[in-house]
Amino acid sequence: MKQRLVVIGAGMASGRMLEQIFDAGGDFDVTLFNAEPRGNYNRLMLSPVLSGEKTYEQIVTHDAAWYESHGVDCRFGESVVKIDRENRVVYSAEGGVPYDALVIATGSAPFIIPVPGKDLKGVCTYRDLEDTNAMIAASRPGAKAVVIGGGLLGLEAAAGMAARGAEVTVIHLMGHLMERQLDPAAGYLLQKDLEARGIRVHCKGATKAILGKDHVEAVLLEDGTVYDADLVCMAVGIRPEVRLANDAHLEVGRGITVDEQLRTSDPAIFALGECVEHDKQLFGLVAPLYDQAKVLAATLLGQETAFKPVQTATKLKVTGVDLFSAGDFAEGPGREDIVFRDPGRGVYKRLILEGEHLIGAVMYGDTADGSWFFDLIKQKKDVSDIRDTLIFGPAFAGGASANPLAAVAALPPEAEICGCNGVCKGKIVNAIEGGAVTLDLVRAQTKASASCGTCTGLVEQVMALTLGDGFTANANPPMCKCTDHTHEDVRRLIKSQGLKSIPAVMQELGWKTVGGCASCRPALNYYLLSDWPLEYRDDRQSRFVNERNHANIQKDGTYSVVPRMWGGVTTAAELRAIADAADRYAVPMIKVTGGQRIDLLGVRKEDLPAIWSDFNAVGMVSGHAYAKGLRTVKTCVGSEFCRFGTQDSTGLGIQLEKLLWGSWTPAKVKLGVSGCPRNCAEATCKDIGVVCVDSGYEISVAGAAGMDVKETEFLRKASTEAEVLEVVAAFTQLYRENARYLHRIYKWVAKVGLDWCQEQVADPVTRRALYDRFILSQSVYQTDPWAEHAATPADWAPIADLTLRAAE
Amino acid sequence: MSHFIDIAALDDIPRQGARVVKTQGGCIAVFRTADDQVFAIDDRCPHKGGPLSEGIVHGTSVTCPLHAAVFDLTTGQGTDDWQVKTHAVRVEGGRVLLDAAFLARRSAA
Repeated sequence: MKQRLVVIGAGMASGRMLEQIFDAGGDFDVTLFNAEPRGNYNRLMLSPVLSGEKTYEQIVTHDAAWYESHGVDCRFGESVVKIDRENRVVYSAEGGVPYDALVIATGSAPFIIPVPGKDLKGVCTYRDLEDTNAMIAASRPGAKAVVIGGGLLGLEAAAGMAARGAEVTVIHLMGHLMERQLDPAAGYLLQKDLEARGIRVHCKGATKAILGKDHVEAVLLEDGTVYDADLVCMAVGIRPEVRLANDAHLEVGRGITVDEQLRTSDPAIFALGECVEHDKQLFGLVAPLYDQAKVLAATLLGQETAFKPVQTATKLKVTGVDLFSAGDFAEGPGREDIVFRDPGRGVYKRLILEGEHLIGAVMYGDTADGSWFFDLIKQKKDVSDIRDTLIFGPAFAGGASANPLAAVAALPPEAEICGCNGVCKGKIVNAIEGGAVTLDLVRAQTKASASCGTCTGLVEQVMALTLGDGFTANANPPMCKCTDHTHEDVRRLIKSQGLKSIPAVMQELGWKTVGGCASCRPALNYYLLSDWPLEYRDDRQSRFVNERNHANIQKDGTYSVVPRMWGGVTTAAELRAIADAADRYAVPMIKVTGGQRIDLLGVRKEDLPAIWSDFNAVGMVSGHAYAKGLRTVKTCVGSEFCRFGTQDSTGLGIQLEKLLWGSWTPAKVKLGVSGCPRNCAEATCKDIGVVCVDSGYEISVAGAAGMDVKETEFLRKASTEAEVLEVVAAFTQLYRENARYLHRIYKWVAKVGLDWCQEQVADPVTRRALYDRFILSQSVYQTDPWAEHAATPADWAPIADLTLRAAE
Repeated sequence: MSHFIDIAALDDIPRQGARVVKTQGGCIAVFRTADDQVFAIDDRCPHKGGPLSEGIVHGTSVTCPLHAAVFDLTTGQGTDDWQVKTHAVRVEGGRVLLDAAFLARRSAA
């Protein structure tokens, strides 16, 4: 008698299995159940159906004739409700079907996030043709769609609806799109491409609720953002559909547990596809599922075989978006990266090597070599011989490793060196021979490397070839080992190219490392927050410990706490609060600082939120004694008490401090305001000093009293307190916008020249504009960090205390 | 035999940051990288005892907050051949599990 084979689920995996069985001449009576009212179609091709590039008919894999010719009893639209293992019968609403072998191929179900409104009309998932048709119907031009989930499926849904004219917003929980397949750099490029086609992307967005009466109207996020929506597609992930297997008491982990023959805990029952768990692994991509189909077909035909999962590669099926990811791209022990970026073309390639082997690849913008790399990964080929040119793909593989200088020497004069400005090699050589012997001169005369700067290295090579020994490399060294650009270039390019995130800077300026280092990240974080106060959000993890913890770390790992005392003036109540805090937290030392503040030294990290909270309670805020920002304004008692005082230096100092506090600057900024030229506040060795005289206020800048000692230089005289405030804020902003990170004002002024600074603040229009930009930045950054962090004390304590745990 | 202790949720550790686990044998710093890998090393720089948990995390390295020595989180190897002890740690179902071998070491001592 023929074996009776019952299959639950007519998806791609079970379809492939049946093909294999029939092709091998297997003789079974097959009954095929499917909850969807249709047979096997290529689910991967739903995205082209959604975008209108294909029709459903074009993606059908098995039509009615195919099933008929193989004698398959099709039960489409008929759900299986129960498996009777003892009697080997499968039941649907229509009755029972006996089996000798049963294959469960129920696939997966979309994960629905449990938020209010998830059951409203107009909320769909992206799994089958019904979902696709719902999205097609809703994506009329001008309709608003929100896709929750920026993974593979969510983005294909978004692109498909956008192609039909809908206004689409993608909400993604993580920091960058497709984080499981892409690293932040490739995620940034993908987001840029999607935004260019009108899709709005909101990363780090957590959905709080879906709003609407009967039908969906909008989506509300945890951060308060609301997006209008006529349709919401949830594409946040899938989970194996295991309900039938659970009810039948088969062994189920996250998926239905199977062995290498795809056999479940019941020897007569097999499972296949997205519903299975093999060796603790789940499967969602098609390649391993087809491998499973092949193995299960062989098993059913009585052949010996075993399923071994293989590596898989990912491509996004969105027309015009070119990305590829394969293998393992996490950083790890003994792993090295080769990174190639071509900002002009929006290309990013990263190869991950372990020893002699390529183990992963992430590519964006140019994926032509993807399959070649994937092949190297799968075959575990030794790539050490071709490593130098590996990233250039098979075209270069094995070629003679070229000396870069020789390669430049071989270029013809008409070869283009600078793509941005269309400058060829010959023009650069002419300029050099005409006397442009420094990079700056070449830039000034030819514009080569003056825009995006990526070709700086090439231009320098042309100079080295032309000048021979007469060439000395750019005296201004690059920012760090991650880039060839100087700090000044990076600042200029952030502004000119409108780069507004760390991944954007690293991609567009061709960073050579994947995620920067401890030297460039704090600098980039500062440049971005200073240039884009409204758009950029401070990255706490890119800050040094003191700014991250809003206190100064000491050599023993404790911290010092300095509350702000405006202009160095305090009250009895504040002093009492400081004394109480010192007692309560057993502060080992209380010291008066050179900037007229009181420093509590030796505070434990976990006590910081509590001590801040105590100070907040009496109205004291952070003194920012740890910041590359405004530290202190030191004052003398001035005309209010002093018999020599000419103006109210104390009051002016307090006003200045209230204006400037909370601002971040390239390096620390200290001010002094003295009430007369006797200069008791020592204003003339500060970054900015004000000395009051009978006729007004003398403002001087660029003093130093550290490793270098230097008197300030006269900037400008002001006749009113208001004018002092405007000039000082404008000058501070000029410094914020132009200096390189960690350069104090005196070093920066020495570079740009005091004359230039004087001109900027002398012109009333320029000065006012600087002042306005400073105030705009303060609208974001003038907040007390202590108040914010005191609210979450648990974040400051050890995450776990195992001191009382004994060994087992 | 190794025995893993559930110490926290992965999300309690900031990306490119670290949190500290207190033990009788000193603190252990548990790091989370930008791509959600987790590593645990002794929270003490061999140079001058700096708390490595407060350093800037870049790739799978951390830079000591006191004098900028750089350590590879995967091996514990650092600048000038300094070495810090690493501890096995893994993530399961969004929870961070730390190898409790250090407890056994202490009781044996």
